Amino acid sequence: MAKRDRLSGNEAVAIALRQINPDVFPAFPITPSTEIPQYFASFVANGQVDTEFIPVESEHSSMSAAIGASAAGARSLTATSSCGLAYMWEELYIAASNRLPLALALVNRALSGPININCDHSDSMGARDSGWIQMYAENNQEAYDNMVQAYRISEHRDVRLPIMICQDGFITSHAVENIELLEDEEVKKFVGEYNPENYLLNPECPMAVGPYSITDYYMEAKRNQAEGMRHVSQVVLDVAKEFESLSGRAYGLFEEYRMEDAERAVVMIGSAAGTTKDAVDRLREQGEKVGLIKIRLYRPFPAAELAEALKNVKAVAIMDRSEGYTNHGGPLGADVMSALYRAHADALAVNYIYGLGGRDVRVQDMEHVFEALKQMIKEGDAGETYRYLGLRE
Amino acid sequence: MSNLTEIRWHGRGGQGAKTAALLLADVAFQTGKYVQGFPEYGPERMGAPITAYNRISDSVIRAHSNIYEPEYVVVVDESLLEAVDVTSGLKKEGAILVNTARSKEEVVPHLKGYEGKIYTIDAHRVSMEAMGKYFPNTPLLAAIVKVTGLMDEDTFLREMRASFSHKFASKPEVIDGNMATLEMALKEVR
Repeated sequence: MAKRDRLSGNEAVAIALRQINPDVFPAFPITPSTEIPQYFASFVANGQVDTEFIPVESEHSSMSAAIGASAAGARSLTATSSCGLAYMWEELYIAASNRLPLALALVNRALSGPININCDHSDSMGARDSGWIQMYAENNQEAYDNMVQAYRISEHRDVRLPIMICQDGFITSHAVENIELLEDEEVKKFVGEYNPENYLLNPECPMAVGPYSITDYYMEAKRNQAEGMRHVSQVVLDVAKEFESLSGRAYGLFEEYRMEDAERAVVMIGSAAGTTKDAVDRLREQGEKVGLIKIRLYRPFPAAELAEALKNVKAVAIMDRSEGYTNHGGPLGADVMSALYRAHADALAVNYIYGLGGRDVRVQDMEHVFEALKQMIKEGDAGETYRYLGLRE
Repeated sequence: MSNLTEIRWHGRGGQGAKTAALLLADVAFQTGKYVQGFPEYGPERMGAPITAYNRISDSVIRAHSNIYEPEYVVVVDESLLEAVDVTSGLKKEGAILVNTARSKEEVVPHLKGYEGKIYTIDAHRVSMEAMGKYFPNTPLLAAIVKVTGLMDEDTFLREMRASFSHKFASKPEVIDGNMATLEMALKEVR
């Protein structure tokens, strides 16, 4: 039985974690993710979980401790944002290359500077090539649902990679909205016990974790990581199917909203997708053939599936909530355009940078983007393909 | 979306504008509504102007932007009338609620010709008389419920008692003071 509630995104993720009852949770606070370990610490104090909660002195240490625990055979995680993620940089690669299926509850916040506490995706986008699985959410419900599904994906024997469950700082993390929660027992059963095959504290089979790798073996190790990544999409879909039968909520690699006959589309990640759905509905009422694709799984990137979903579109705007400083756009723009190129698509494509440091995105802003796509189709030319949305002149 | 009510709160850090917005979301949720309650932070310090928002609707709310054309505005700290454009985008079919000891006539000149309804409440006096402490958000919560008519007073008081009983389970002595504040505030909105 689902329970209707109203929670902030941070509370929702903390409750998912209480229901999962992981073995080890080391944490160091940073806005706007602080509430996740804060709520969780109260669950520990109240005896609602038997997790080993370790307050540490930095994010370098929180990720290191999560890695150590995971290597030892425990189900572990931590939470962070922005500069906290940056301070974990080295460890992110260690976690992925050691094939440790730990989780990170990331609350997206701009990475300095100028120093800013509000949402953009510059923190997690910087970590997109670290070998972690990355999933993003539009709202508190998706943040909760993704967290519940996280370990089923990361611990899958064909995958065994760490997973980052991302949500937008303040916009979803601190906004109270309606949500449906699963029963504790349902989540417990869905996630299951963690029984690692190989782990450090197994006296039957001694092993080393994280040894030096000479040139002779390094490339093979990296290729093995890529092998795990190649299985992620299928596992994500399988887990989503099982989750749907439990919750009634369907998930894929991305969400297609009113794309069936769309001539113009927006591709984006995160909370602004909800705002864009309102823009799509308004324009659809006026007979405009517009749609939205919201990326859920960003790493690995569902390139072929996305190109297929965009195959009948005449023009597409790819929205990046972080800069790439390539002089031609952001990371999502590069990924989507490369997917379109490989599929020999002939859609006109532009890349917008938007929402940096919490810059608000309104329904009208997204209507403006769809209008710009209309103009491109009319002119048969994309014009400037590297644009900014909502920038003050 | 025709049944959507949008509310903007102006306060100063530490006065509980965010808490009031969350409490309103809470009580509206209890009456079966779809709700959003969220803060917009500027500098994180006591006394800095902060804005908080509510969306309350009979259907699912998907927009995640701030609110620029609210039906209602609540001014938690009247010194903000000089510092912030509180009536910006406020619909004239809506209303503004100001926490002040002054009369409505004295407030009007500070509202930049706002044509809609104006309500005031002296949250300081209500809070001190009913609770013995100054928490402006409790009387303002009751006042905005009355101004918006989002729910009837009995439902509001019943849901708030349930909510306080849960929230203050470990210090039940504060429940009656909070309830008295809400009841007095419902009568004191002008």
